Amino acid sequence: MAKQTNKKNQEVETTGHQWDGIEEYNNPLPRWWLWTFYACIVWALWYVVAYPAWPLVQGATAGYKGWSTRANVAVELAEADAANAAINAKLETVELTEVAGDPELQGYATSAGNAVFKTWCAQCHGSGAAGAKGYPNLLDNDWLWGGTIEDIHTTIAHGIRNEEDADARYSQMPAFGEMLEPAQIEQVVNYVMSISGEPQDASLVAEGQTVFMDNCAACHGEAGEGDIYQGAPNLADAIWLYGGSFDTIKETVTYSRFGVMPPMGGADLSEAEIRAVAIYVHQLGGGE
Amino acid sequence: MADSHPTEPQSLYAAREPVFPKKVYGKFRNLKWVIMVITLGIYYVTPWIRWDRGAALPDQAVLLDLANRRFFFFWIEIWPHEFYFVAGLLVMAGLGLFLFTSALGRVWCGYACPQTVWTDLFILVERWIEGDRNARLRLHRQKSWDLRKIRLRLTKWATWLLIAVATGGAWVFYFTDAPTLLVDLFTLNAHPIAYTTIAVLTGTTFFFGGFAREQICIYACPWPRIQAAMMDEDTLTVGYREWRGEPRKNSEAVKAGEPQGDCIDCMACVNVCPVGIDIRDGQQLECITCALCIDACDDIMAKIGKPRGLIDYMAFTDEESERAGGKPKPIIKHVLRPRTILYTALWSLVGIGLVFALFIRSDIDLTVAPVRNPTFVTLSDGSIRNTYEVRIRNMQHETRDFEVTVKGDPAIRVELEGATDGKIGVNADEVYLQRVYLVAPAGSKPATEERSDVRIWIEDLTSGERAYKDTVFNGKEE
Repeated sequence: MAKQTNKKNQEVETTGHQWDGIEEYNNPLPRWWLWTFYACIVWALWYVVAYPAWPLVQGATAGYKGWSTRANVAVELAEADAANAAINAKLETVELTEVAGDPELQGYATSAGNAVFKTWCAQCHGSGAAGAKGYPNLLDNDWLWGGTIEDIHTTIAHGIRNEEDADARYSQMPAFGEMLEPAQIEQVVNYVMSISGEPQDASLVAEGQTVFMDNCAACHGEAGEGDIYQGAPNLADAIWLYGGSFDTIKETVTYSRFGVMPPMGGADLSEAEIRAVAIYVHQLGGGE
Repeated sequence: MADSHPTEPQSLYAAREPVFPKKVYGKFRNLKWVIMVITLGIYYVTPWIRWDRGAALPDQAVLLDLANRRFFFFWIEIWPHEFYFVAGLLVMAGLGLFLFTSALGRVWCGYACPQTVWTDLFILVERWIEGDRNARLRLHRQKSWDLRKIRLRLTKWATWLLIAVATGGAWVFYFTDAPTLLVDLFTLNAHPIAYTTIAVLTGTTFFFGGFAREQICIYACPWPRIQAAMMDEDTLTVGYREWRGEPRKNSEAVKAGEPQGDCIDCMACVNVCPVGIDIRDGQQLECITCALCIDACDDIMAKIGKPRGLIDYMAFTDEESERAGGKPKPIIKHVLRPRTILYTALWSLVGIGLVFALFIRSDIDLTVAPVRNPTFVTLSDGSIRNTYEVRIRNMQHETRDFEVTVKGDPAIRVELEGATDGKIGVNADEVYLQRVYLVAPAGSKPATEERSDVRIWIEDLTSGERAYKDTVFNGKEE
């Protein structure tokens, strides 16, 4: 595509390369292109001095500007905290039950709570809050210690069976293996399965009911409906924390269970964060 | 190029040879003036056209509202999910470029490319201030910077800078309300991004139009490389009727006694060329086919009493017959070919499709994202609940209430997170995220089957307009 001759009608050199009779001309490069190239070299030299560049055994050369991604993140986090200071202060003082009526605060608390949940709660309760064996599902409408926003807040702040905090939820089911005969345990398990509508050995249910009334009804209620003030699970519904099979219920009755949740208040989370995560959990679909 | 003898190694680098295009009159020059006025007019004026859309929406006719993710074009409003309109327009632009290039060569480069239009404007300013080609050449060659040279140069650069600022400034008006932004710009209240954008575009306009000019076309732009693949033997492009012009006046052949051709070697075609080439050397990469050499040559031909068109738009297929003394094919035969007809058909097809899509657009829409973590939740009474994130898009300019219903197994019922009255209010021109629960009672068919098909409907309670999305309900297989 190059000119055959330049303005002074001189022959232009070729590179000697030839494809199907087409020769490659060796036209000179524009001089500004050369200057651009030099400018890039100068810029590269400055960059090496200004920014982290050469990898060493321990880290890299720091560069005179002291630029670091970690420091930038710290600055951005501080900026985000400063920007949220006002709404966090509001969140800490407002009545929990009134947050739902304030779309801005509710939206902020839900988003912030989601982040807190993924960091602090998801390890046991799952990232989707569906729980696991021994770790309650937070999406359903069954609550061991109550599902109002205040109940959830108390649980998160103080923990479950946390012996270092007098305000923490605390209860303990006896291990009935030491108190009841194996036959009685089988009877009461069959009774429990009958009240939650599971297949059971009907011949043992009547005796099981007697055992239940004598040993279990004090906490779990006469109809097995549970008691949120003692954290006694509802035994008549379709939800099982550890499993609803005969063997699992027998294991629970014999050895009891002692699920522990750590308190999130104090050193770990600020009051605003605890409130945010309480609001988040409350709006997942099961909140009362 | 250094004064090197051909036997010496030539220099690896060459300084840019300045180009001083001479003023020219003619039909192509006039066409270029008209196109310049229209294109620059569209660019500078468009953001100032007002268009009433009511109180809630901006009243700028053409507005790229990035903050609210809307594109306004007179009566048309494009949301992000309708980006295919933009894609379709880009496809049309591409096909249009194919069409014009296969029919008329680098006609885009020569007439409509911003680089060409602004360079033309900058050269016009240069000519007004410093005079025509000869005066500018003299000024360029004058080594001493006397008062006159300083005055002329400063005036020229200042005027260029003014045009450049106006160009960079006009760009930002497309992105926010122009009158407000203009006031903000002068009172120093505009966003730093606005100033930065103006500064960058001012710099590029000033530099590209004033100093880089043809270097952009030759070295920076990929289009000259692509267009070669789109031209063919029938493409009309600017060329020199060498069989008619040669041997030119004062050439060795004429001196040796051969009859002289029509070319009198007056250099008019070279002197008006904005990229500094000699079209008589044949088609070349630098040529943007601006056709100014045609005007210049036609003028000379008229003066010496020869027919016009020594330099002209012509196609390769005519060369043989013209050399033999025949006439070129009529232009229409070059332009109307299967290839150009196909491009036109494709272009129209995409255009018709877009217009059709524009008219069947609905004012309401929804997306449904089933929550998969977990796929279902067992409630205390044994019923199975699925959760869906439903985004309701209200593209009407007023707040509307929506109702969500489900079609599928009759056992499934709908519950809405947070909404107690079963209605969802969505503000004008907003997307609202509503978590929707579908609950199947214990033992019902959808509760016990792995997957059931369901269709989620939304209905605008005011207009009765409806929209749906299909999704699945996950049961607890037993």
